[in-house]
Amino acid sequence: MTTLGDLAKLVRSKNAGPFWLTIDIMFDDAEAYRRARDAEIVNRAAIARLYNRDPADIIVVNHDVALAIKVSFPRPQSSGSKLDSDAYGGQQYAPLLGLEVPA
Amino acid sequence: MASFPLVSATGMLGSGFRTESLDKAISLGARMIGCDAGSTDPGPGPLATGTCMFSAAAVKRDTEIMMTRAMKAGIPLIIGSAGTSGSDAGLAWMVDILREIAREQDLHFKLAVIHSELSREVVRQHLRDGRTRALSPSGPLSDADIDASTHIVGMMGVEPIQQALTAGAQMIVAGRSSDTSIFAALPLLEGYSPAVVWHMAKILECGAAAVAVRTAPDCMMAVLHEDSFDVFPLREDYRCTPQSVASHTLYENADPFELKEPSGTLRTDKARYEAISERAVRVSGSQFVHDPEYTIKLEGVRQVGYSTILMGGVRDPYILAQIDDWLAQLDDNIKTRIRNTVGDLAYEIVTRVYGRDGVMGALEPQRRSVGGHEAFILWDVISESQELSRTIATSLSHLAVHNPIAKWHGLISGVAFPYSPPEIDRGPVYEFHLNHVLVPDSPTSLFRSEYEEL
Repeated sequence: MTTLGDLAKLVRSKNAGPFWLTIDIMFDDAEAYRRARDAEIVNRAAIARLYNRDPADIIVVNHDVALAIKVSFPRPQSSGSKLDSDAYGGQQYAPLLGLEVPA
Repeated sequence: MASFPLVSATGMLGSGFRTESLDKAISLGARMIGCDAGSTDPGPGPLATGTCMFSAAAVKRDTEIMMTRAMKAGIPLIIGSAGTSGSDAGLAWMVDILREIAREQDLHFKLAVIHSELSREVVRQHLRDGRTRALSPSGPLSDADIDASTHIVGMMGVEPIQQALTAGAQMIVAGRSSDTSIFAALPLLEGYSPAVVWHMAKILECGAAAVAVRTAPDCMMAVLHEDSFDVFPLREDYRCTPQSVASHTLYENADPFELKEPSGTLRTDKARYEAISERAVRVSGSQFVHDPEYTIKLEGVRQVGYSTILMGGVRDPYILAQIDDWLAQLDDNIKTRIRNTVGDLAYEIVTRVYGRDGVMGALEPQRRSVGGHEAFILWDVISESQELSRTIATSLSHLAVHNPIAKWHGLISGVAFPYSPPEIDRGPVYEFHLNHVLVPDSPTSLFRSEYEEL
């Protein structure tokens, strides 16, 4: 079984401003990128389920030149506010790593 | 066709760069030095308190190298979002540092300082005039939002910086600026294509972040042409690749193909990235679409109270197995205790359980239980005064330690506190609460500039 974590060269999460979170799933060869992209495992329904979000709020973009899949959605609370535990948004990507990529 | 070379000293003023990299950029004919000094990444603290995320020593080191090189070469130096937040306090802090450098290095030049802090009254006036817009996911701006604001800054576009350049300023220190405006102001003034300029600026604003493998922050250089730009690092061991440069549009943006500026939107979906050497990439094909409305993004913070925190660990497997119930019971006990001691004053206790969902909170898909053999608990007591938060926290620590479980008969000691006393006052705490834009009278109307011959 191959997971997204196995296949990617870098998976990272960051703030996109204080009110949004964004996750970059990056690959270092076109074949691995296309395999992950074409499997369509990173989609709005899957992200909504993993992160308990409304699918309507989720943006998923495939960037063919950057060999990257990008996911963005509003944060449950603004960065550094009293209910937030990750001011930089840097540790919010882990649930994606275990997604299985079909051969 | 002419070309326009320029350099970004580093992605964040105070994070450092190699002197020889900047010297090399100057020798290659850089016509300006730019440097972004701001971020909302550290959370609301810098804007709330006017403090910079880097030390004065770190910022002085970077600024001194930029100032001496810019003045010797006779090219403008533009620093945006001074002091991390761009607030008046952050700006004043930055100006103190540059004055000290000018004195020590015997540098003489025309300085422009551009303020971006907005009074509540100015924002209120725009709200009354129907000139505010909400950004996703926030609702419309209200008077209450404005009244609660501790500090508000507006994120300037290129126009206030261009005004200062036209006035002959050799060094410009701007309050909150869009990261790109720092690098776009002068090339746009020189007549280069907005699509080329804004895309270049987006790549340059983070310094060497767009190289393939960055081991330490450093400078990045771009050369603008009529319908493309070239970008390359100054360090010989760094290289830009089409993928590394294209990837940078992903960074800290919700959508890599649509990058919003005050005057319009850069669209990069049709951009072409071409390697022109081992280390340089040529970029072309982006579009810049002017928006019907010119908008200034607001950043604002409000105080939510005073915080006292308590940290403790739990190792007992019986407590860990029932941690949700154990915490709910503690919550009940503390409510009763606080009602009996201080009455009905408002307070909140935010409990983070590391080992369960401490890192991700509401986003954690595996919230079911504590997985490991120990857990770390961070209690954050927030109320209207430090004294009240501390009063509550001291009751909380006592009740938490002795919070019973059915398994053990008798008084338990169920929390390991690493510090004595366990309660730590954190002072006032803040949150970002403005996610809105203003439609200003003009692109420069909100930003006041001061000029001085040093």
